[in-house]
Amino acid sequence: MNAPVALVLAALAVLLALLSSAVSVFAVRAPRIVRLLAMPLFGLAGLAALAAGLAALFQDGVATATLPLGLPWLPSRVRLDALSGFFLGVIGVVSVAVGLYGPAYVRGFERGRDSLTALGGFAGLFLAGMLLVVLADDAFLFMVSWEVMSLSSYFLVAFQHENAANRRAAFLYLLMAHIGGLAILLGYGVLASFGGGFAFEAMRAAPLTSGWASIAFVLAFLGFGMKAGLVPLHAWLPEAHPAAPSHISALMSGVMLKVAVYGFIRFVFDLLGDVQWQWGVAVLVIGGVSALIGVLAALMQTDLKRLLAYSSVENLGIIFIGLGLALVFLGTGHAPLGTLAFVAALYHVLNHALFKGLLFLGAGAILHSTHERDLEQMGGLLRRMPWTGLFFLLGCISISALPPFNGFVSEWLTFQAALQAWQLESGVLRSLIPIVSALLALTGALVAATFVKVYGVAFLGQARSRHVRRARQVPFGMRAGQGWLALLCLLFGVLPTAVIGVINGIPQQLLGAGLPQAAAHGWLWLTPVSPATASYSAPLVVVLLALLAATALWSLRRGAVRRVRRCDAWDCGFAPPTPRMQYTATAFAQPIRQVFGLLFHIEESVGRREDGTLRYQLSIGDRAWDLFYAPVMRAVESASRRVVRLQSGNVRVYLGWTLATLVVLLWIIS
Amino acid sequence: MDHLLTMAAWGAALLQALLYAALAPLLVGWIRKLKARLQNRRGAPVLQPYRDLRKLLLKEARVAHTASPLFRVAPYIVFVAIWLAAATVPLVAVSLPTAAIADIIVLVGLLALARFFLALAGMDVGTAFGGMGASREMLVSALAEPAMLMAVFTLAMSAHSTNLASVIDYQLGAFALRPSFLFALGGLILVALAETGRIPVDNPATHLELTMIHEAMLLEYSGRHLALMEWAAQIKLLLYGALIANIFFPWGIARSFAPIDLGIGLAVVMLKLFALGAALALGETVLAKMRLFRAPAFLNLALLLALLGLLSQVILEVGA
Amino acid sequence: MNIALLPLLQQIVLVLAALVLFTSFVLLAQARLVAAIHAFAWQGALVAAVTTVVAATGQTPHLYFSALLTLALKALLIPWMLHRLTRRLALDRHVESLRRPALVIMAAVALVIFSYWLVLPIVQQELAYTRNIVAISLAVVLIGLLMMVFRQQAVAQVLGFMSMENGLFLAAVSATAGMPLVVELGVAFDVLVAMVLFGVFFFQIRESIDSLDVDRLNRLTETTEEDEAIPGRATTSVVAGEGG
Repeated sequence: MNAPVALVLAALAVLLALLSSAVSVFAVRAPRIVRLLAMPLFGLAGLAALAAGLAALFQDGVATATLPLGLPWLPSRVRLDALSGFFLGVIGVVSVAVGLYGPAYVRGFERGRDSLTALGGFAGLFLAGMLLVVLADDAFLFMVSWEVMSLSSYFLVAFQHENAANRRAAFLYLLMAHIGGLAILLGYGVLASFGGGFAFEAMRAAPLTSGWASIAFVLAFLGFGMKAGLVPLHAWLPEAHPAAPSHISALMSGVMLKVAVYGFIRFVFDLLGDVQWQWGVAVLVIGGVSALIGVLAALMQTDLKRLLAYSSVENLGIIFIGLGLALVFLGTGHAPLGTLAFVAALYHVLNHALFKGLLFLGAGAILHSTHERDLEQMGGLLRRMPWTGLFFLLGCISISALPPFNGFVSEWLTFQAALQAWQLESGVLRSLIPIVSALLALTGALVAATFVKVYGVAFLGQARSRHVRRARQVPFGMRAGQGWLALLCLLFGVLPTAVIGVINGIPQQLLGAGLPQAAAHGWLWLTPVSPATASYSAPLVVVLLALLAATALWSLRRGAVRRVRRCDAWDCGFAPPTPRMQYTATAFAQPIRQVFGLLFHIEESVGRREDGTLRYQLSIGDRAWDLFYAPVMRAVESASRRVVRLQSGNVRVYLGWTLATLVVLLWIIS
Repeated sequence: MDHLLTMAAWGAALLQALLYAALAPLLVGWIRKLKARLQNRRGAPVLQPYRDLRKLLLKEARVAHTASPLFRVAPYIVFVAIWLAAATVPLVAVSLPTAAIADIIVLVGLLALARFFLALAGMDVGTAFGGMGASREMLVSALAEPAMLMAVFTLAMSAHSTNLASVIDYQLGAFALRPSFLFALGGLILVALAETGRIPVDNPATHLELTMIHEAMLLEYSGRHLALMEWAAQIKLLLYGALIANIFFPWGIARSFAPIDLGIGLAVVMLKLFALGAALALGETVLAKMRLFRAPAFLNLALLLALLGLLSQVILEVGA
Repeated sequence: MNIALLPLLQQIVLVLAALVLFTSFVLLAQARLVAAIHAFAWQGALVAAVTTVVAATGQTPHLYFSALLTLALKALLIPWMLHRLTRRLALDRHVESLRRPALVIMAAVALVIFSYWLVLPIVQQELAYTRNIVAISLAVVLIGLLMMVFRQQAVAQVLGFMSMENGLFLAAVSATAGMPLVVELGVAFDVLVAMVLFGVFFFQIRESIDSLDVDRLNRLTETTEEDEAIPGRATTSVVAGEGG
């Protein structure tokens, strides 16, 4: 009887998260409590969530329960099915890593001026909010947990509030989170009005006309897309994620964005049910554009955490490309293909949580060790922080979608799903989907360029500044957190059939069909459609790579030539290379910046300062601000100016407004 | 899957992998000899690349003081990834288990893995040359990859498969003059020129920093490390040649593992590769290397060809 | 419709039609005027080849004459006249590139997909082959018009106009196996006369506005534009100062 076990574990996870939050209150007196008690509790909550997720994925069926909370006529219901279980697992995995990493990282804040109570308290609340969003079975509990999640992350983003930039970033984040929340609420409103209730059960059975279904879809896409950071509603992401402490950034990028994806899937695939292919085209196009703009913006950044934030925009774009494909296939009646695309999107959700969490934790390790976020000051860190360097390298390889790691598997599955477009009847769709796939390929190549830049500039070469030269290895806990995620990246890349076997239950429950073929030829071969169409054997690729490498190493490292002599690098006969002679991050990205520069607002200038030295200034702006946000801001401002005229300052006028409103309301009620 | 797991199949796969490693320097030697002849020189013997590799393997490797452990590991990863990628392309026989282990997309992924480590190795020592080579290489590959995948998609949309053996079987099955394949061939040739670092994108014989892309990343390597990197580049050239020859002109490839078929397959593929090598040598002699910022225009042409191939496939060939 | 099932001649027509589409893309994006004229010549030659192959299927022998006429006119005479014109106008080495080539090419691809979508309702199976070639021809016509919109040089505009005519001719030949010979002769001589007139007028234009940039024709009107500065932009600054 697995069902209650999964629910009990989930409840335990929520309770542990809340406990971790409560314990931090005592940090006012004893700051060490956050490090010693709150963070381990956080990690345990993650472990419980992971266990709950796995239990839910392995069970057959759905577990529901009614909580004694909520409104009088609407008790809150929780529901743990395969989809919720999967996302619980994702949340749990990254939370375990953060729990391992947190104590050592948080120690750095103990002597600072920032309040540790806030850090520990809101982190626990954040986790609890996310868990409840995934578990919620009615709109009320969903929205309340969503708000808890947004608000607690707002406080975490504003944690180091003495920095004005952080305050601005937090405000922008709060603003956009609430606009998104409003859109989601309206979407639920549409469903509730047709379904007759706020419970998800009622909404599932709601008889929507296709017009209203489209309206609900647009509202949900707006709301969840804003939270997921899709272009052009992504402006808060690159501001908010870098501002938060690094382990919180890992949670926000790795997990919170996925909760937004969960919301979208739950709303569109589960509650709306009958999908239209036109929605899929919109999702596909917006996902593709987000992916391209996200990665190009990431390539141009020199602040490591901002770069990682833009890279999250790109990966969410890839997830939505998968979801868009699923919608197109499902809407045109090709259910098995839709399932394939859906599984590809889910796999990427898992992968992104893992490698983005790993990369942010690595950035936090660098920050902890060197107090530096600017790539232009780093260099040569691989020799000073070997373990962090190794794990960060694995993260970079995974995010660049290179075999045999996990990023490659989800990208391969997405391409395979897109390639099945030949089965569609519409010629226009058959041309559009490969074009979007080419865009995805371009994105993949640009991601590799971005992470070559990041790793090459930060970890390789020579240190570009003195404090970086003095960097030291981070404590064991931080290394363990990163190592856990890196190991999973490798594991999920080498054993894709096992992962798909576990995920298979989700489309089974949601869409009615699974992917029976995927592991049909044994655990070695991943054959999503059929062996003749495409097959990939990740374990064999790893074995062959290892075998060939061993052969090469053995045959070449024998005899007298085994020696390696150290010498100076080639310097054209002039002075030995100094750290200033290396390529900087800006220089590395310059060719690509020149080719793709039209998509951004780039200003470059070279001038002379008063003392005769040259000064090069480069400013890269997001065109979304000029094209989208600025006009919206101007419109809102002009509308507000008009509304302000209501404020005449005269008491009798205000009383007059009150009287008029009262009269109108009485008339409506009568 | 079972028919692939026979000993004969694995034996043929192993033989083919060894052939790739063995024939790659020969192809490069042939191209160099032809170029020399076209330039009115006598040129080095055709077997010279083998001698060069052997010389490098016997020399001591020198590593800069500022290099990290990644510098010494990268040549092995690059070589092994490219070799495995090559082993999945049918050279002599069609139905091999390696084609089922890795399809075209995995092949592109393995090449990307090799390129990733090559670029990192370039940045490792901390000199300007390596950074420059890495930066330019990532630009060229960023533009070449969508063109390559678009050409692959055009093939896959016709053959309904990304498994290289299935695509070749499809071509051998029903012969038709397909405009989509014609455009895909054009696009793939341009991409191959860019990815293997041949003129007009990169000059494989240069050591001037203004013209280097691939060479710049290898500048610090010596001894057995350099031998591995050079050999890997040669195998990559053979890989693209075999891809173009066997997908677009597959007639003659062995469809069973009988020794006579394998022999014919080997002879035919060597003929095709020599013809392609001659065309490459002619092209390199006639064209000049473009400056770096004209490479995007070149690769956009490749993308356009691949895109037209896709559109021809959708509009003209299926059409319904 | 499976291409492998079509007779060989029809497959050749498909390949040639696809190559005509390719030349229209080349015409659109080619910066050097002389190379564009050569691309136009190749387009004419390909259309003549299509006409020959359709004539070889045996239904309408007068198409051989039509093919010869097209070859002589579109592939030889008119490019020669244009070449002579550019030399007399001293535009030999003129290079005029599109300002946003990527966007223009994307627009052209969108036009191809659009023309395909337009002809889809012609659903009879036997006509699938001709319908597809009509789609390609329509795309060539639209891309010719796109070229006239985006290229500023007057000679390039002529090329766009001529390539539209090529597209229409391709549609006529492949869909309906040619028009009556009288119609074709009439159209061919009209095109020739148009070429001569273009030649004469270019000199006139250059004398009055001193350039052959079609945009400069608006010097005849008064227009003013204002630029607005847009506030509010997130920037990342990289300041790398360099020691002297």
